[in-house]
Amino acid sequence: MLHVDASARLGVLDLAIEVSIGPGECLALAGPSGAGKTSVLRITAGLLRPEAGRVVAGEDVWLDTVRGVDLPPERRSCGYLFQEYALFPNLSALENVAFPLRSLPRAERRIHALELLDRFGVGALADAHPKTLSGGERQRVALARALARSPAVLLLDEPLSALDARTRASAARELADVLRRVSVPALLVTHDFAEAAQLGDRVGVIDQGRMIQEGTATELAARPSSAFVADFTGAVVLTGSATPGERGLTVIELDGGGMVVSTDGVSGRVAVSVYPWEIEIERNSSEHGGSARNRLRAEVISVTTIGNRVRLGLSASQQLAAEITRASAERLDIRAGVHVTASWKAAATRLMHL
Amino acid sequence: MSIAAHPGLQIWFKIALGVALAVALTFLTLPVAAIFVNSSPRELASSLGDPVARDALWLSLKTTAISLALIVAIGTPAAYFLATRRFPGRAVAITLVELPLVLPPAVAGIALLAAVGPSGILGGVVSATGIELVLQTAGVVVALTFVASPFYVRQAHAAFGSVEHTLIEASRTLGASEARTFARIVIPAAAPSLVAGMGLALGRALGEFGATLMFAGSFRGVTQTVPLAIYDRFATDFPAALALSAVLVAVSAAILLSIKFVVGSEILGGSASR
Repeated sequence: MLHVDASARLGVLDLAIEVSIGPGECLALAGPSGAGKTSVLRITAGLLRPEAGRVVAGEDVWLDTVRGVDLPPERRSCGYLFQEYALFPNLSALENVAFPLRSLPRAERRIHALELLDRFGVGALADAHPKTLSGGERQRVALARALARSPAVLLLDEPLSALDARTRASAARELADVLRRVSVPALLVTHDFAEAAQLGDRVGVIDQGRMIQEGTATELAARPSSAFVADFTGAVVLTGSATPGERGLTVIELDGGGMVVSTDGVSGRVAVSVYPWEIEIERNSSEHGGSARNRLRAEVISVTTIGNRVRLGLSASQQLAAEITRASAERLDIRAGVHVTASWKAAATRLMHL
Repeated sequence: MSIAAHPGLQIWFKIALGVALAVALTFLTLPVAAIFVNSSPRELASSLGDPVARDALWLSLKTTAISLALIVAIGTPAAYFLATRRFPGRAVAITLVELPLVLPPAVAGIALLAAVGPSGILGGVVSATGIELVLQTAGVVVALTFVASPFYVRQAHAAFGSVEHTLIEASRTLGASEARTFARIVIPAAAPSLVAGMGLALGRALGEFGATLMFAGSFRGVTQTVPLAIYDRFATDFPAALALSAVLVAVSAAILLSIKFVVGSEILGGSASR
């Protein structure tokens, strides 16, 4: 269990944030740059001292400004994955991973570091220096190093942003896997809502130093508490299992019932994403339109006006969101509680591995 | 508009660069070359056989080594403090540390006399500890340290300032104390620049003349370093002064080259600030 409650004045930013993360859970803090996301990580790790706050990991109090407790970073058991990975350039991959293992005898240190590198599939690069490694390899070495001391808390700062687009998808999948296996609380920071949705069990949207809304990615996309969250969340995210279907389409059984199709060729556990503005809304449940079109019956649970657009929160087997013009919302007489059919094209349906 | 867009201009620009380098090289190497042209190998060898020259050379090496050790021992942590901490008066402190760089050597000598000389403001304190500085070898060390340390501290300050801060933070989150981080991460990252700074300080100390002369005097075997010995001979025995100069050039070049050899050829070649 990690509990962080802090307020700090950082230049023009007035940060006041409280988060709680359970064991094995990953909270993804998402928000635009300058929102104060990284500062929350730094406060947790002891790299930044807030004016007032408390950081408690399990039974250990790391920071309590009221009681005058403030442990230095080296005495807080944090595995911190830095944005650009911060590998020590003068040390080899193996020496980087062995660096935090000072309490072990030299020989064991080497063996343990090698095991960690092997676990992340970079055992063959043990003697390589960071500057000769690719972005993806660096990330693995940095992850191995961050986990070497078996930290009580895992902190990840934009873990995928230093990677090129091609490596990112597979790195995201591996990272999601690592996060699922670790049994400690993890706090992840990203400016990308889709990334937060993929990696976090819960997502917290923060802006200008404040937590705007917290919940599962689906909840946030479907029931944004404000226009900011609605805009920021962008795509709707549903989860399900994909299998190859007819005519090259992929069929996804949604968790909780219902079925959608996609033109993406992915199978297994997937996150299904679609942009709210791709979704059309009808009041009557006509079944025409062909099999390449997804159709879900849903209840309208929220109506948020964003300028001349209206964001609808919809409840089907899972929650989703649609955006329509204000004019058509009025024409269709959309209110919370009415039942509608949401439809969108298979070609507008993106699949991500989970 | 780029220079490359005008082939004619580009050629002239290249010629101008080449000429400038040729002029600079000639101007800077000609006097040094002249020393060796004018002193025959026999004179060089005989000057090394001269006990006065040998005393001066030994004294120069000894005092330079001691002052360099002092500069590195005190200057390294001081520069790290300046580079990593924000405190009131920091800008003033940096300026004060660098001040001896622009002080004329004669002024440095007078200043040292006024500070720690027999009738200086701290003269009583110094003599109470039983250390004698004026006209003593220890005084030479003080003079060399005073004039040479800013070269090292300045370079070390810049080197520490350019060490990527996240590396320091990463080290701390990985369980290393600030002291261990300094030893294992900061020093290796800054090493090339630190060695370059040592080279600069060493060169300045080895060639020190004015401050030593004014503060410590010029007594053979006690305070007469090689530059002072050269000056001493210059009026009476020009060839001997020339031979001794050649020795100093050779020793300086040997030290410079061995530093380059030890730390890697690129270090003193200009990429040290990387």
